[in-house]
Parts: sequence; structure tokens; C-alpha cells
Amino acid sequence: MRLAQECNMSSVNSFVQREGTVRPVLARPWSEVAFLFLARFIIISALFVLILLVGNVVYDGFSRLTWGFFTSFPSRKAENAGILAAWTGSVWLLLLTVFFALPIGVGAAVYLEEYARKNRFTRLVEVCIANLAGVPSVIYGLLGLQVFVRALGFERSVLSGALTLSLLVLPIIIMASREALKTVPKGYREGALALGATKWQTTYTQVLPAALPGIATGCILAFSRAIGETAPLVTLGALTYVARVPDSPFAPFTALPIQAFNWLSRPQTEFHVNAAAAIMVLLSFMIALNLLAIALRAKFQKRQR
Amino acid sequence: MLCRAKRSKLTEKVVEGVLALTSSISILTTLGIIAVLSVESVLFFREVSLSQLLFDTQWTPLFLDKHFGIWPLIAGTVLTSAIALALSVPAGLIIAIYVSEFAHERTRKFLKPVLELLAGIPTIVYGYFALLVITPVLQHIFPEMGSFNALSAGIAMGIMILPMMASLSEDAIYTVPRSLREGAYALGASKLQMILGAVLPGAVGGITAAVILSAARAIGETMIVAIAAGQQPLLHFDPLQPVETMTAYIVQVSMGDTPHGTLEYHTLFAVAMMLFLLTMILNVISLLIRERFQRMYR
Repeated sequence: MRLAQECNMSSVNSFVQREGTVRPVLARPWSEVAFLFLARFIIISALFVLILLVGNVVYDGFSRLTWGFFTSFPSRKAENAGILAAWTGSVWLLLLTVFFALPIGVGAAVYLEEYARKNRFTRLVEVCIANLAGVPSVIYGLLGLQVFVRALGFERSVLSGALTLSLLVLPIIIMASREALKTVPKGYREGALALGATKWQTTYTQVLPAALPGIATGCILAFSRAIGETAPLVTLGALTYVARVPDSPFAPFTALPIQAFNWLSRPQTEFHVNAAAAIMVLLSFMIALNLLAIALRAKFQKRQR
Repeated sequence: MLCRAKRSKLTEKVVEGVLALTSSISILTTLGIIAVLSVESVLFFREVSLSQLLFDTQWTPLFLDKHFGIWPLIAGTVLTSAIALALSVPAGLIIAIYVSEFAHERTRKFLKPVLELLAGIPTIVYGYFALLVITPVLQHIFPEMGSFNALSAGIAMGIMILPMMASLSEDAIYTVPRSLREGAYALGASKLQMILGAVLPGAVGGITAAVILSAARAIGETMIVAIAAGQQPLLHFDPLQPVETMTAYIVQVSMGDTPHGTLEYHTLFAVAMMLFLLTMILNVISLLIRERFQRMYR
């Protein structure tokens, strides 16, 4: 009895009551109940906010999703404005960004995981990648402005935009690919080497195919983030009134998030509806990419059985 | 021609060289950022002295009467980020504790995708939400609130950062060794006492690093504040009125027709340099804390 009184065992106290009647041993103290209530409330609120976020955009913009919306250019009149330039620009940006970032990112990951020795160069590369992951996206835009738009003379083209976005997502791709490569069992490499393969042959024929699902998923998530980026493209100087579909990498461009931002910045509500519709299209793109990632991962994993 | 053995040796060397080259792009990018920001900032400081930047209290580089005090922009950044952190740090910590100490496996499996989804939504959607949903709702409660204000942007940013805070804190809590928890139970602690007295102090390094990283993310956020917080660089700490953050200023000037090479153009890079240094310092501090904290449990 005295032991129970001295120890602050609230759960014991809760079952040894005054007259010696017994309550369930696992009764929770009220503080715990309060905490659990708070935690569950926060989680449900987060879920609610997520639904509200997407639902609000869908509710506001759904009416604008006509065929005309997809095939018109921006205009001074909200009813006539469309996202033709924007969505084609986004597609161009996505394809070019994949073209640049994928080989460089996966290549760097392969080097860091398979080839690199523990020297100063490797350490420097890893430090740089970690730092670059934390740099705000606007600063990539300024880098792109000075290097791609001005110094290399690409002007405000899709190429400049794609190169800037590639630099932005490169750290993510490298980190995701490294994780995927790390999960490949050592036996794959050792077996191939034992059979007389060179390092590159081992990597190319055994390690990379084994790591492909992880790499593909990581990359697709990175690219889906890239098409949602607004800040670096705006800072690059991507024009918001572009009335043409890009016909070459050197053409000027706009993109879905930029168009939405431009419409959102106007005071008239009709343009806000357009912005909501453009955001819906953007979210659909991203959902499609994520579904592609899931499908690809399932397909690759089936092939490995 | 080269015999097969020599050819594959050559191939190997070439491949390794090419791959090393791709890795060096990260070094080149870092150097590029530093170079670009430094060069243009130096051009800025040729015309504006450091004391002007630090001691003036107005930021009006685009007006005729030019002032170059950086404090309005910093105040805007600090105000919106503080609101975001005030929302996301407690909520994220509570979610992390709940997920690692109390939740079923089912709840965890359900919660992880939801949080990842919240984190993956483009920031422009949060900006839309802040401008067209949060602000009108809050205007019912605070009639004197402006249609651009720091509070709505801060709340939206807080929601955006919440998954990051929760995930990083959960990692920190996860690494606390079982012996600490079992020791607390053995001393007679209740579950909550164990969490507050053993787990949280044990995870304090990782949690602090998580807070600092979330702060860096909030400071670097652009679209939410550009859309919802306004573009008036006023020096105040009233969340109901518009502010301009460093990032929003960069967007504002980029969207205008500022000619290359002018003083106004250079202000872009001076502000970006401060932003870069700020986030870089925060990231480095968080890394140092994490490394020191990890050493404690080796």
C-alpha cells in the first residue's frame, strides 16, 4: 500500500481505489485522454484542410473547363481566356527537364554510389547536394536568369526554363536515386564481378535494372514537383502574356502555374475562376504523373519476380 | 585496333570520367549561385552603402524617393514565418508523438500518404486558398483585416510546412533508444510522463533541427506570400495588414520591366543574397545540431 502511495504510478492509483474496489488496470489518466483527443483533432483537421484545399479549387474552377478553355490563348476578357499556351508550355518544360535532369541526376547517383572513393571531391559533392536541396527556388530562378538567359544567350525560352528547373530538381533526383541504388543487394554486384564483368557492365546490366523501380518513382515525383513550380520561372522572366504554342526549345513560353498566378493577381473574380480551372488542370497533370509512377513501379516489380 | 581488354579498360575510364562530370554539376551549381549573387550584390553596394541597408527603415527602391533599408522586408519575412511556425511546430510535434507512441499500424499507413499529399501540393494552390478562402473567413472575425495580410499567408504556410515538421520530428523521436523509455516506465512514470520526461528530452536535438529546417523552408517560400501577403513593404508586426517578404519582392521586381544593369535590378540580387545567407546559415546550424545529436547515441 505504502509503495503505491509513494510511487507516482497513476495507473496503479487508478485501480487501487479508496475502498479497495478494483478498476481496470489500463485506465488512462485524463491528461493522456486529453492529449489523444488533441492529436486526433489535429489529424482530422489536417485531413479536412486537404479536402477543403482541393475541393475548393474544383468547385470554383469546374465550370470553366470547356473545350474552348484548353484551346484558347489568354485574353483581356476572362470568358475568352484559355490555357493553350500554358499547358503546351508545361508539357514542353516537363519533357525538356526530364531530358536534362534524368541522365545527369542518375549518372551522378551512380557515380556517388558505385564509383566514388572517400576523397575530398566526393565529400564536396555531397555537401553541395545537401546545401542545394535547401536553397529557395527563387534563387535558382536568379541563377537561371544570369546564366541561361543572359550569359549563354538563350533568352527567355523554354530551354532556359527547363535548364533552371533541372538544376532545381537535380538534388532530389540524386538523393532518391542513391537511396534506390543502396537497396540493391551487394550479391548482385559481387556475382557479376565474379563472372568477369567490368564495373560498368555490372552497373549497367545488374545494378541499374534492379534499382529502376525506385529511381523511376523518385524521378517522377521530382518532375511532378517541377511542373508545379512557379517562383523560379517568374524570376527567370517567363512572360505571362504569351499567345503562342512553343515550336522550338528557343521559343518563349508560359506555364500553367504562371498563368494561374497571373490570373490570380488580377482583382476581377472572373479571372480567379480561370485561375482555379488552370490549377485544376495542373493538379490533374500531377495526379497523372503520380499514377504513372505507381504503375511503373508495379510493372517493374512484377518483371523482377 | 586495341585488343578487347584494353578497349574495355578505356571504356571504363571514360565512363567513370563522364559520371564524375555529372556529379560535379552540383559543385558548379553551388559556385554559380554564389558567383551570381556576389557579383550583382557587389554592384549594388557600389551605389548603396551597408549602413543605408542596415539603418534605414524604409524600402522604396522603385520609387523616386529611394530608400534602401532592408528591415521592412525582413520584418515581413519574419512575421509570416513566425505565424507559420507557431501553427506547424506544435501541431507537427503532437502528430509526431501520436504517430510514434500511440497510433495503430493502420493509422500510420493511412496518415503517411495524407501528409505526403499535403506536402506535395503546389504552393500556388496554397496561395489561392490563402487569398480566396482564409482571408474572407478571417475578415468576418477581424473586420479591419486587409485583403492582403500576413495572417492568412502565415496560416497557409503553416499547413504546408506541417508534414515536414511532423515527419522530421517523428524521425527524431524514433531514434530515441528503447532503454530510455523502459527506464522511465521502470521508475513508475505514466505514458505521458515518459514522453515528456524521457522521449522528448532525448529527441530534443532532432526536434530542434526539424524546427530550424521548417523555419528555413518558411523563409524561402515565395508564392503563398506573393499572392496573399501583399506587396507593400511596410515595417510593422501587425498580422492583419499587408507585408512584403524578401521572396515576394524578388518576384515583384522580376515581373516588372526593370532593365538589366540598373540599380533596381541589382536590388534583386542584394535581397537574394540576404535570403541565401539566411537559409544557408539555418540549414548548416540544423545539420550541425543533427550531427551532434546523433553522436550522443553512438
